[in-house]
Amino acid sequence: MFALLGISPQQLFQQLLVGLINGSFYALLSLGLSVIFGMLNIVNFAHGALYMMGAFAAYFLLNLLGLNYWFALVLAPLIVGAFGALLERVLLRRLAGLDPLYSLLLTFGLALVIQGLFQNFFGSSGLPYAMPSQLTGATNLGFMFLPIYRGWVVVFSAVVCFSTWFLIEKTRLGAYLRAATENPTLVRAFGINVPRMITLTYAFGIGLAALAGVLAAPIYQVRPAMGADIISVVFAVVVIGGMGSILGSIVTGFALGIIEGLTKVFYPEASNTVVFVIMAFVLLIRPAGLFGRTA
Amino acid sequence: MTDAMLAPAKTASAAAPLLKISGLEAWYGESHILHGVDFDVRPGEVVTLLGRNGAGKTTTLKSIMGIVGKRKGSARFEGKEIIGLASDRIARLGIALCPEERGIFASLSVQENLMLPPRIAASGGLTLDRIFTLFPNLKERLASGGSKLSGGEQQMLAIARILRTGAKLLMLDEPTEGLAPVIIQQIGRTIAELKQEGFTILLVEQNFRFASTVADRYFVMEHGRVIDAFANSELEANMGKLHDYLGV
Repeated sequence: MFALLGISPQQLFQQLLVGLINGSFYALLSLGLSVIFGMLNIVNFAHGALYMMGAFAAYFLLNLLGLNYWFALVLAPLIVGAFGALLERVLLRRLAGLDPLYSLLLTFGLALVIQGLFQNFFGSSGLPYAMPSQLTGATNLGFMFLPIYRGWVVVFSAVVCFSTWFLIEKTRLGAYLRAATENPTLVRAFGINVPRMITLTYAFGIGLAALAGVLAAPIYQVRPAMGADIISVVFAVVVIGGMGSILGSIVTGFALGIIEGLTKVFYPEASNTVVFVIMAFVLLIRPAGLFGRTA
Repeated sequence: MTDAMLAPAKTASAAAPLLKISGLEAWYGESHILHGVDFDVRPGEVVTLLGRNGAGKTTTLKSIMGIVGKRKGSARFEGKEIIGLASDRIARLGIALCPEERGIFASLSVQENLMLPPRIAASGGLTLDRIFTLFPNLKERLASGGSKLSGGEQQMLAIARILRTGAKLLMLDEPTEGLAPVIIQQIGRTIAELKQEGFTILLVEQNFRFASTVADRYFVMEHGRVIDAFANSELEANMGKLHDYLGV
């Protein structure tokens, strides 16, 4: 069969893996965007820049404080998440209740400022970030060689995504979030500090982006433009999955990564555009997205 | 105003009011809705606000709860001024609102809706068992989505979920609106039982026949002010006036 298609199974599985890796990043980033959009009703264009900050946080933790990858996995999301909380308190909160266009412009501007600052100080070429020694090497699965670190990224991302879904859809805390998405005034009148919940939700979404940044650092190097490179695809993923849908952003993230990988095998010329072509079709057929609820 | 307003109703204690509203004003954006509302609610009482549509009854409840844009004047709950507080702080002091539109969350199950309001006091709230005795239908529908309930079930859920929390003052905004007579009766019985349990209830009603089955005192509102007050024992004597006020 493989001979018939003119490709080797090695090639197919390699590209599938690359697709899964990209899908992991799409899923983590679009999940954060969905959580933020659901609760704050803003499209967070600064998401890519904060993903990049996550990677830089890992780099600084290693090179300035000597804290390795495993520390970075925990600390970078906390540090960048705290920065997100600050952004929400100081800037985004002032735009609550206004036309979403304002927050879109603000976060887009923030993304440019943050990326510009990093470019100014660290240049545009990448800084190397070593793979953690425990996850180097590869394992032979019989049909392909699996680099261990890449397998780790896929599994770990899937676990984080599933945990987030569980937290939001199945726990009491998640019930507060879903209720506040529907009617924040009433939830607050029940005695829940909704403004604090909004800050923490934004910080959590940003933390997911920073986590993706740490995971990406050993694969892609640490570059100021890394966020800008990935974010347009991520927004396409969010549109396809449906704005604000938790499960939708996870499933669509992984699925589009795989579709992108397969396109690289069968029709490489289209691999950069396939996501956007799918987005155009979804917008024509289901404007609310595959998992979105029509208002 | 009559003397009855100042005299405690039979069932209520003569203690200081649980809630005392004086000179309360409120705005929605530019529109001035409340123009100085005065009344009080004593511990253990059921007090009903009557008045035509647009008289400011719902706005009064919302102002007490802290969910109206701009407020002025005074509202004291257990002696503490609450007019400047955020609504989550007010709720934590022991006031709970069952809104007119019921506010059942469609994306939450019945169980999640019921368990949503956090407990604000260690004691005082009803147990789940007790709540299910009051509203047996809810127990069967726990796993349903919030949007799948009938109007009556939604109203019961909206009342039930504020009974768990330990709030002392329950504010019910038109709990009988649009419901079948048999369900109205059930809600009437529930309010009577809640009063027995020691809850203080501030009720907004258009349906004063329903209100007369549960209320200790009435305040009549018009154009954002309280214009009259009487006890339930004086209801018959005030029927003529009431018809004029309410236009029924």
